[in-house]
Amino acid sequence: MKLTAPLTGPSTLALRRVSKALGAALALWAGAALAGPPERVVSINLCTDQLAMMLAAPGQLISVSHISHDPNVSVMLEQAQNYPVNYGQGEEVFQLSPDLVLAGTFTSSYTVSLLRRLGVEVAQLPIVNSLDAIPDNILEVGRLLGREVEAIALVAQFEADLTALRADSSDMRAALHYANNYTSGERSLAHEILTAAGFANVAAEAGLVGGGTLAMERLVMLMPDLVISGQPYPGASRSEDVLHHPAMDALRARHAAHALADAEWVCGTPAVLRAIARLAMLHEGG
Amino acid sequence: MSRVLWGVGVAGLVGLSVASLLIGPAGLTPLQAVSALIRGDALAETLVMREIRLPRAILAVLVGAALGLGGAAMQGYLRNPLAEPGLIGVSGSAALGAVLALQTGLAAAHVLALPFAALAGAVLAVLIILALAGPRGGSITLILAGIAVSALAGALTSLVLNLSPNPFAASEIVFWMMGSLQDRSMIHVWISAPFIGLGALILLSQGRNFDALTLGEDAAASMGVHLGRLRLALVLGVASMVGAATAVAGAIGFVGLVVPHILRPLVGARPSALLPASALGGAVLVLMADIAVRVILPTRDLKLGVLTAIVGAPLFLHLIYKTRLQGQL
Amino acid sequence: MTELVLSDFAVSRGPCDVLRDINLSVGPRECVGLLGPNGAGKTTLLRGALGLMPHRGGSSLSALPLAMRAQTVAWLPQAREIAWPMSVESVVALGRLPHLGHGAHPTPDDQNAIDWALSRLGLDSFRQRIATQLSGGEQARVLIARALAQATPILMVDEPAAGLDPAHQLTLMQTLQSEARAGRMVIASMHDLGLAARFCTRLIVLSHGQIVADGRPERVLTRELLADVFQIRAHISYSDDGPVVQPVGVIW
Repeated sequence: MKLTAPLTGPSTLALRRVSKALGAALALWAGAALAGPPERVVSINLCTDQLAMMLAAPGQLISVSHISHDPNVSVMLEQAQNYPVNYGQGEEVFQLSPDLVLAGTFTSSYTVSLLRRLGVEVAQLPIVNSLDAIPDNILEVGRLLGREVEAIALVAQFEADLTALRADSSDMRAALHYANNYTSGERSLAHEILTAAGFANVAAEAGLVGGGTLAMERLVMLMPDLVISGQPYPGASRSEDVLHHPAMDALRARHAAHALADAEWVCGTPAVLRAIARLAMLHEGG
Repeated sequence: MSRVLWGVGVAGLVGLSVASLLIGPAGLTPLQAVSALIRGDALAETLVMREIRLPRAILAVLVGAALGLGGAAMQGYLRNPLAEPGLIGVSGSAALGAVLALQTGLAAAHVLALPFAALAGAVLAVLIILALAGPRGGSITLILAGIAVSALAGALTSLVLNLSPNPFAASEIVFWMMGSLQDRSMIHVWISAPFIGLGALILLSQGRNFDALTLGEDAAASMGVHLGRLRLALVLGVASMVGAATAVAGAIGFVGLVVPHILRPLVGARPSALLPASALGGAVLVLMADIAVRVILPTRDLKLGVLTAIVGAPLFLHLIYKTRLQGQL
Repeated sequence: MTELVLSDFAVSRGPCDVLRDINLSVGPRECVGLLGPNGAGKTTLLRGALGLMPHRGGSSLSALPLAMRAQTVAWLPQAREIAWPMSVESVVALGRLPHLGHGAHPTPDDQNAIDWALSRLGLDSFRQRIATQLSGGEQARVLIARALAQATPILMVDEPAAGLDPAHQLTLMQTLQSEARAGRMVIASMHDLGLAARFCTRLIVLSHGQIVADGRPERVLTRELLADVFQIRAHISYSDDGPVVQPVGVIW
């Protein structure tokens, strides 16, 4: 038996692995850089759907989430009809062989990690909690899609419109009231929409930060001038019973106007401007 | 039950009703609360008292009385202390009926469709249980039939709620299985009270027949009890009460088990005396539970059935054990 | 109306007759022992006559309206059932249900009937005891007291002596006998031929769903009948206390 000195000890083996991985990563980076903007983009989140539809080059976006076809929450229903839908499932999305998947930070971590393991690039965009964060999101999607110019234009338009709309006083008090007495306090997009339209948010008065529930009793005691209810879904639910509870009806009956918080309130996109504009009209009219 | 005990019970009911009206997140002082409730002087306070707290307190009394009396009647008829509307699937089937009425849109089309559908579900369950458990509800058949009916009703309720186009529906399975009185309104009082009242009248009128049944069906029949009519009264009375209670509050278990069990020795175990006593006791228990869920977790909708099960399930186990010791299982 | 008349009375279970061609008439002051081996149809005859199960032919009792029947005949079923832990006194008080108007409270008459029944069965000291905690024999006495408290002209009891100790068997039979002497009609199904012979004024023997003998005890309880119907040999004699029948062997 002839003894040969081992060429590969454990340490050299590890070293080789590292260099191999490094090489692969470099190649991928180089490839991505060379390939330019992604050609097959799949969005699996309602909000990235909308930004992608606004910014993508023709043919670049190949699928949007099925939620974009839901009239209750989608503000771009018409455009969304032009895209095939996906249900955000890993296997289904992989079948579309995308070179970029747009997802939200609350997208199932299993789906995201599965797709990443399969070598698909997944970009997760954060939830937008303020009007100020909307431009960042637009620019980020623009960068991911290689549509920076369009994104900058969209941001400029958005900021100009917002400045024009923004009310400087907030003398009337409004309450957001969704199913299960859910409402939004400070540091939420809905709160900023209210404030921008010239309303004070009673949930913020009650000390609520972010989204949460506020007992109906407390909401009634706060006596808002305007109740903005969540939009009822089809079918029945006990959770939505609170929306037309007699106490809430009585609050609404004090003023002729009331509003629905609908699809325009959901995502941090320029669509919130329409929500602000409609509220501002109520404010002036009320 | 002696006058003293009735006095204590009624005083407890009144005291707890007042407590139920005074407790809530709005932070009203008792004086404000009473003044708003009676005089209706300040708008916000009046809305809180008359539209939110008052229906909640009334419903706690109605639902509790329905479940307590329903339990005592089922037990009187089957001569088995384990017969409880929740455990034997009557509440679960009522919930299924209510969910069907809501999801098919019948409840939206007509306000009485909800309690009627729940009543129909409850009737079906009582009939199945009576058919399976036989005239003298043996414990094993009763429990097994109850498990089967509850499981099926629960599964179908979940199915209907999962099929609903409404995204909130599926998360309400726990409401229908555990029950809650949060944010109910006077509408719910109006649609449940007539059914609960009618059911109570039917069942209370059968008191002496339940007494006679203590000696068995044969002896009762020989003492002039019309067994067929008694069965019909039981089915309609229990279904009407439990159905209406479940339609507005979900399925709250164990009330009909705990209350008659505690009160039976106090009324000398006579079924006819146990019926009204259990109605009172049930109202007291549900009021207590509904105050407790608001004190324990004021900001969340803790389900009533959670508390009643925590109290009731160990008692249920104890009763099963005792029944086995007596060689009846 | 202290009378039971059965005419062409028959009960069938499915296609076969459990009882057929029953014709009998029993009147006041009679204490009838209904005898017969297991399965002869004793319980069926009593329940059918009461109208507790469907039958053909006529029965003067089952023809009565329910409320009227409950005031005419008290029935003690064989199954000794006391479902709830009630006091002895309140179990016995259940016998007064047929006499109470709807929702009416017991009158002194009711209380007298209850007290009387309790003392007839020697249960005075048991009044406040929980009936379900008593021994089987004691429970049987409570239930008999309940039937007595119903204070009906007719008393129909299914194996009342089963499970009682000898002293209580004798007391019970004396009670039934004296009730009959006081003007009531008593029909009791029994297995104890000795007690039947000693205390009954009349014995009716059933075999395979038919009446095979009906008459005074000493005429009915013959060696032939005991051999034919019961497949037993018995010692039969007459003492100062009445006929003595003591089964001594089986004939197979």
